[in-house]
Amino acid sequence: MFKDYYQILIGICKTKSQRYHKKNHKVHIDIKDFMEYLYFIYICNPVKTAYFKRGNPMGKENTIEINGNHFSFEPGETILEVAQKNNIFIPTLCHLKGATPTGSCRICVVEVEGARSLVASCAAPAARNMVVHTESPEVIKARRTIIRLLLSSGNHNCAIRDFDSKDWTQFQLRVLEEDGNEDLCPAWGDCKLQDLAYRYQVKTKGLPLSECQYPIEKVNPFIIRDFSRCILCGRCVQACREIQVNNAIDFGHRGANTKIIAGTDVALKDSDCVFCGQCVEVCPVGALTSTHDLELERFAKTKKVRTTCTFCGVGCQVEMTVQNNKIVKMASAGEDVAPNHGRLCVKGRYGFAFVGSPERITVPMIRKNGKLEGVTWDEALDLVASKFTGIKDEFGPDSLGVFTSARITNEENYIAQKFTRAVLKTNNVDHCARL
Amino acid sequence: MTNTIGDIETADVIIVEGSNTTENHPVISTFIKRAATLKGATLIVIDPRRLKLTESADKWLRLQPGTDIALINGFMHVLIEEDIYDKKFVETRTEGFEELKKTVKKYTPEYVEKITGVAAEDIVNTARTFAAAKRGCIVYCMGITQHTTGTDNVKSLANLSMLCGDLGIPGGGVNPLRGQNNVQGACDMGGLPNVFTAYQKVDGDDARIKYENAWDITGLSPKPGLAVTEMVQKAGEGELKALYIIGENPLVSDPDLNHAEKAFKNLDFLVVQDIFLTETTALADVVLPSFCFAEKNGTFTNTERRVQRVRKAVEAPGFARRDWKIICDIANRMGYPMNYPNANAIFEEIRLVTPSYAGITWERIEKEGIFWPCPTENHPGTPVLHAKQFTRGKGLFHAIDHRDPAEMTDEEYPFILTTGRLLFQYHTGTMTMKSAGLNFLAPECFVEISVNDAERLGLENGDLVDVVSRRGKIKTKAKISPKAVDGTLFIPFHFANAAANRLTNAKLDPVAKIPEFKVCAINIRKAA
Ligand code: SF4
Ligand code: SF4
Ligand code: SF4
Ligand code: FES
Repeated sequence: MFKDYYQILIGICKTKSQRYHKKNHKVHIDIKDFMEYLYFIYICNPVKTAYFKRGNPMGKENTIEINGNHFSFEPGETILEVAQKNNIFIPTLCHLKGATPTGSCRICVVEVEGARSLVASCAAPAARNMVVHTESPEVIKARRTIIRLLLSSGNHNCAIRDFDSKDWTQFQLRVLEEDGNEDLCPAWGDCKLQDLAYRYQVKTKGLPLSECQYPIEKVNPFIIRDFSRCILCGRCVQACREIQVNNAIDFGHRGANTKIIAGTDVALKDSDCVFCGQCVEVCPVGALTSTHDLELERFAKTKKVRTTCTFCGVGCQVEMTVQNNKIVKMASAGEDVAPNHGRLCVKGRYGFAFVGSPERITVPMIRKNGKLEGVTWDEALDLVASKFTGIKDEFGPDSLGVFTSARITNEENYIAQKFTRAVLKTNNVDHCARL
Repeated sequence: MTNTIGDIETADVIIVEGSNTTENHPVISTFIKRAATLKGATLIVIDPRRLKLTESADKWLRLQPGTDIALINGFMHVLIEEDIYDKKFVETRTEGFEELKKTVKKYTPEYVEKITGVAAEDIVNTARTFAAAKRGCIVYCMGITQHTTGTDNVKSLANLSMLCGDLGIPGGGVNPLRGQNNVQGACDMGGLPNVFTAYQKVDGDDARIKYENAWDITGLSPKPGLAVTEMVQKAGEGELKALYIIGENPLVSDPDLNHAEKAFKNLDFLVVQDIFLTETTALADVVLPSFCFAEKNGTFTNTERRVQRVRKAVEAPGFARRDWKIICDIANRMGYPMNYPNANAIFEEIRLVTPSYAGITWERIEKEGIFWPCPTENHPGTPVLHAKQFTRGKGLFHAIDHRDPAEMTDEEYPFILTTGRLLFQYHTGTMTMKSAGLNFLAPECFVEISVNDAERLGLENGDLVDVVSRRGKIKTKAKISPKAVDGTLFIPFHFANAAANRLTNAKLDPVAKIPEFKVCAINIRKAA
């Protein structure tokens, strides 16, 4: 419930600002939306919770109380899982579905009555009659501290740092101004840390930016590693190790020098990395980005289309991001979507350049004097039809053949075999499945 | 696949045979690796090359290329000899067991070791491990099928699975991995010379009459047609006059290319419909530009028989047209009306004539794909095949003997060549080679050779070499690799300028008509 309002509002704020391209200097003031957002977070939420309060099913086995409501759970489920199942928002950063919880970021802490300290909900199993508060003042205080620390630990220059809720317009203006500036974090607008800073109203104004001792790595074609924005949540390591099982990256250089390293701290391209991009997909901030992301226009009209990968037979479900009739990004359709459950490989994720390639054939062609020349569709189709008819009449239907394709759709394959059988009157139809 | 991809993570023992999964089906390999490293499954990899996947495996069995049947018979010999096969399954669900028993009698571990090169002890242990599994899963790919014994290799794996009672249960099954996005769908849709949709035989009167009625036509041919490889042959002999090729590039992917090239040149009329100019369009009389997957609506069927949506995201370039629209336009001009308002209307027609797809609608698969068979609209689909019975009733054991590959090594051609794909390229490279990034990671062809062989021939990494077979010759670079095993060389077939298929043997499996890409005899020497 809570999460939904929050997302709708962030959505409103973002689309509104997107409507104003940076060249348009007349920026609309979104302060009203923003006040509304604050209202939902701080005022409306307890009301809503009370409204949806259910009867107390005490006495029933395996129930847990969260924010005054009772929910049943399966043994082994974590507090976070129970909350998510029931649409109760708990923020997470390091938690990765399908991998062993590491409990390293602690942003997911909740208050459990009777416990000595706050509990990381992503790692703590739900227990019978547990009483949990997900947004108590103490919890919020803890989260704010964590977010402030994370923001000041790196180069989080997405303007959220200096953001003052009283000065929303100035903030918007500055973002528009800074956009196009190469140094602005590419994850802007798609960053969990940024979202959380909004949500919990964290300001780091005045705190110095910490210098990063490791340079950006760009020496491979697909993945940019910007260590200055890494919050060391370890999601990428979990994804590489437990989701894709490629074991290419790990934590290295302990202590204050800690860094995510590939192999013995070499470039990704010289390590075991296979460029599946899973680490990029799970990185909650702008530390890991795709080179393609640089092509994303921040304020252009964006369309997302779910489809099936076109390379191998796994049939991974992907989400294409389209701007200006061009695919700019390919991501998985989500960790809950079969058959790939959030995973993709290098071809599926990064191999889409062919779609918009200037080498695509754009006109029908006929060979004239040994050379292929562009012609109209009518000319090409007439020639094909008359040649097929002529050869069929002269040499019989079995002198014709069709290679249909393992690359085209079911509908198209059906039409190809129907054409071969019903029109050419032969069964000479096959595809290159065997090759 | 008889089972689902997700099922793999629930298996106790997984045998992966003839599949370089991490490169060809990377996402499926994550399920296998997770099962082995996080969920405690035992993983056994059977392959001539020391594949990446062997790093996650409990055991790698290195067999001589083309000896799969002998090895599997060896496993079955042990199962029967030690009386550890699934007797209940064999009794109630199968027939032909006595025949099988007789045939595998002579495949003692010692005898099999001589043929396959796999140690007798490993054969015994693997058989025991697989028999002990509650859910034993077999995964295979082109390393099994691209042999002159391909069909028999597949049947042998089915034998093994039945003998252990692993068919029809979640986490078990015999699971072929399909190489291209819609191979499964192309087959289901009757893109095969002997069957209509859903494998209804063209020489069966019932199916033909049903189709004649559905298509409002008479005189459908009852004579099974020619397979791709046979069409190429007939073109060479002058019997096939015209060919219409849709979205394929056989002039890189076909075996024995030198021969195939001659055959294509011999055609009277060649039409190629594709999204790029290719080695094949170079010989075409007419080239028709079509849409790619991101420009159209429709469905693909993946390797686990799941029918999934494809959706339009961008507009196609220039004057390109939908593949189905082009075909329909030709049909209309030839006097047979074929008109559909959209792809969904075609799918509705497919449902009428295809029992296994009858219950699937675009609406039902909007969010998640459905596994065929799905006969009615309230049927949930079938994730696991053969749960209660086989298509033919009882499962039939096939008693099969080992046969040598069509071409064996000799003094003149002392090495075995095996071909395949790389992670960063795809098939003939028409699509992947348009990506600068993928080309950066896999820029050119190479021949993978073992450290010992390279040393013996005086080769250094990156040396230019000539690779020759009885059919052709290519020039490429030597790549000394720990993946290679002495005596066996590997060349990826993606690269047209050093096309591995100039070397390969076009000898076919008699039933499936699949060429023997995985074994041929070659020689290699430093280029002059
Ligand atoms: S791209 Fe894939 S293999 Fe490479 S580090 Fe990231 S998760 Fe690991
Ligand atoms: S790179 Fe991203 S995912 Fe990895 S530890 Fe840093 S912030 Fe977390
Ligand atoms: S993303 Fe990779 S594994 Fe998945 S379907 Fe595409 S090519 Fe296959
Ligand atoms: S999300 Fe729970 S500790 Fe990080």
